[in-house]
Amino acid sequence: MSTLSDPPEGSFRLSMLLNDTRYRSLTLQAVAAIALALALYYLYSNLAANLRAAGLNISFSFLGSSAGYDINQTLIDYNSQSSNFKAAIVGILNTLLVAILACITATILGVFAGVLRLSNNWLVRKLMAGYVEIFRNIPVLIWIIIIFTILTAVMPGARAYLGEEPERGLIGGIFAFTNRGVYMPAPFFTNGFGGGEGSGLNWLMLIAVLVASFFGARAVTQSANRKQEATGVRPNTLLINLAIWLLPLVIFSLIFGLSWDMPDPLANRFNLQGGIQIGAPLIALWFALSIYTGAFIAENVRAGIQAVSNGQTEAAAALGLRPNRVMSLVVLPQALRVIIPPLISQYLNITKNSSLAIAVGYADITATLGGITLNQTGRAIECVLLLMLFYLVISLSISAVMNVYNNSMKLKER
Amino acid sequence: MKKSIILGALTIAGLSAVAASAATVDDVKARGTLNCGVTTGLVGFAAPDANGEWVGFDVAVCRAVAAAVLGDATAVEFIPTTGKTRFTALSSGEIDLLARNTTWTFSRDTDLKFDFVGVNYYDGQGFLVPKALGVSSAKDLDGATVCIQTGTTTELNLADFFRANNISYEPVPIETNAEAIQQYLAGACDAYTTDASGLAASRATFETPGDHVILPEIVSKEPLGPVVRHGDNDWGDIVMWTLNALITAEELGVTSANVAEMVTSTTNPEVARLLGTEGDLGAMIGLDAEWAKRAIETQGNYGEIFAKNIGEETPIGLARGLNAQWTNGGLLYSPPFR
Ligand SMILES: N[C@@H](CCC(=O)N[C@@H](CS)C(=O)NCC(=O)O)C(=O)O
Repeated sequence: MSTLSDPPEGSFRLSMLLNDTRYRSLTLQAVAAIALALALYYLYSNLAANLRAAGLNISFSFLGSSAGYDINQTLIDYNSQSSNFKAAIVGILNTLLVAILACITATILGVFAGVLRLSNNWLVRKLMAGYVEIFRNIPVLIWIIIIFTILTAVMPGARAYLGEEPERGLIGGIFAFTNRGVYMPAPFFTNGFGGGEGSGLNWLMLIAVLVASFFGARAVTQSANRKQEATGVRPNTLLINLAIWLLPLVIFSLIFGLSWDMPDPLANRFNLQGGIQIGAPLIALWFALSIYTGAFIAENVRAGIQAVSNGQTEAAAALGLRPNRVMSLVVLPQALRVIIPPLISQYLNITKNSSLAIAVGYADITATLGGITLNQTGRAIECVLLLMLFYLVISLSISAVMNVYNNSMKLKER
Repeated sequence: MKKSIILGALTIAGLSAVAASAATVDDVKARGTLNCGVTTGLVGFAAPDANGEWVGFDVAVCRAVAAAVLGDATAVEFIPTTGKTRFTALSSGEIDLLARNTTWTFSRDTDLKFDFVGVNYYDGQGFLVPKALGVSSAKDLDGATVCIQTGTTTELNLADFFRANNISYEPVPIETNAEAIQQYLAGACDAYTTDASGLAASRATFETPGDHVILPEIVSKEPLGPVVRHGDNDWGDIVMWTLNALITAEELGVTSANVAEMVTSTTNPEVARLLGTEGDLGAMIGLDAEWAKRAIETQGNYGEIFAKNIGEETPIGLARGLNAQWTNGGLLYSPPFR
């Protein structure tokens, strides 16, 4: 059948490396690789020679020495005596915190705006178009600064909430919105596991309880599905699901004495103390990243929806589905396949754009390791290399996770 | 992608290190201008005036060096730097000289490979708070939110001070003085801390300076001075002795007004050596005989520079204090010109 015959064995000549298409690409790639390696080597030796000439050397020992500076918002225990390495970890956690928060809100925002952009209502449609065009066409740094400036200028000062007779009471007795951030009660457990004080163990236990509830609720739903398929009637699972979620939680809280640490207006004359404090920099950054990226996601969602052929919508409508069910049961699941790949790059953008945090003084990894540590130790090259490594690892992990999700959503061809 | 990032970083690192090694004085002469790193704007020390001309106490150091080396006090390219960018700017060779309220510390001198060639202002870190807060001592600041400029010694002193006194605070790290002031005035922080001179300079720009007090505690030593790269001693000498010339001029009573006349009329041998009519000090640092005369003529002596930019007659209103001549009980003490 084949019109090609194998070349005679053993007739390899050197000229074939260039002339024979089977080998030529290999040759070119080898040459390119060698050239790249040489270029890298040249740059590296240049760098090393110059550093030596300037009396500098590459060393990571600064990571172990104490950082000497304080950080305002930390997820783990940290003080100025902690090492530069710990300061970097604080920064990494802060980067992840704002990235995760922003990814969630940007997605919600984007999906809403994307769907509403295709609404039949003229006003809603135009409003959403306005949102998308305004927010994605102004750089995110500007948004971060605008929002932060508005926050600090418009919100009441922290001192308005302080003292025996404050200008403003806590909202509902528990919340305070100030130009330094939002204060709210922090939950904690008074009784520890097996007696003693409450501790982190309680929270791990709580997570275990929630996971158990999740599986319990799933089992109930599955059995309801089976019953529906067998009989055509879906049993009402609302009450039992509520019980599965809430009862263990309530019992757990009672046993371990859940209580709340309230923001205290009397602690000192500067700030509310106690409770959870979400600083204005985090809020501004989170909000700005969300609305900015939300505008891009809205466009992805719109494109995804428009990629689903109209016949699908019409067919679903012909079956008698209401418009919002057509959207959620028929159109969106198919649109997801188009939406997810660009969504991955939006998530990567959020993570990378979070490095603008320093503009508002949020202590992300760029601000701690790449900012204060770099500056106080003068270890610019080391810090920048570590920063690149961090962002590379994070971005690749996000892509990997999202690709797994993407594969699970792909059209299953049978 | 990974490769291209690393490649880029190495290129930058490689390029930046190259520039640092040549002889700075030759570069400056060949270029015809001095690249001088200053603040992004701190009235009195370095800030553009209404005509866009840089003026100030630190600016005068830059101009004096340009006058000495290039014969033209206006041949200066001012490069604004933040607390964070200043050291990279200097070690990469982007600037020849850094005159930006920079504190002389051990690690900056040794580990960062710089040379501090002298002190043009003896300072210390202070705290600025609104009068309305009723705070009378920095030790009362327990629990306060404090604005700081990042990349400064201030940041580290602050942590030390609060730790030593076993009180807590919330730092708000900010890049430039202007932003810090904006945050402070908006009430985003209770106190602003930096060099006391900087506080006085900033307060002078407020609408109601009287509503703010500088607390009595000075929590650190901040000797501020011009900085050059380590290893280029010829250039370091030129900057060092230009500063010393300004200080000596005040000590010996040489001013911008009388320097021209002093050249011919002086009977004081040290003045004669300083102004180049006796000996050949200029040649010893590779300059002409009138190098110091030009610096004094265009900028005035140290005392004139101080009085004009930050002294008690200006809105900033700083007293000479530690920065008086040693003969008046201050710390200014230039080695002799001989
Ligand atoms: N002396 C300290 C602090 C220097 C500093 O940043 N000073 C402030 C205020 S005194 C400044 O010059 N700011 C001007 C600017 O932001 O450009 C240091 O060397 O680290």
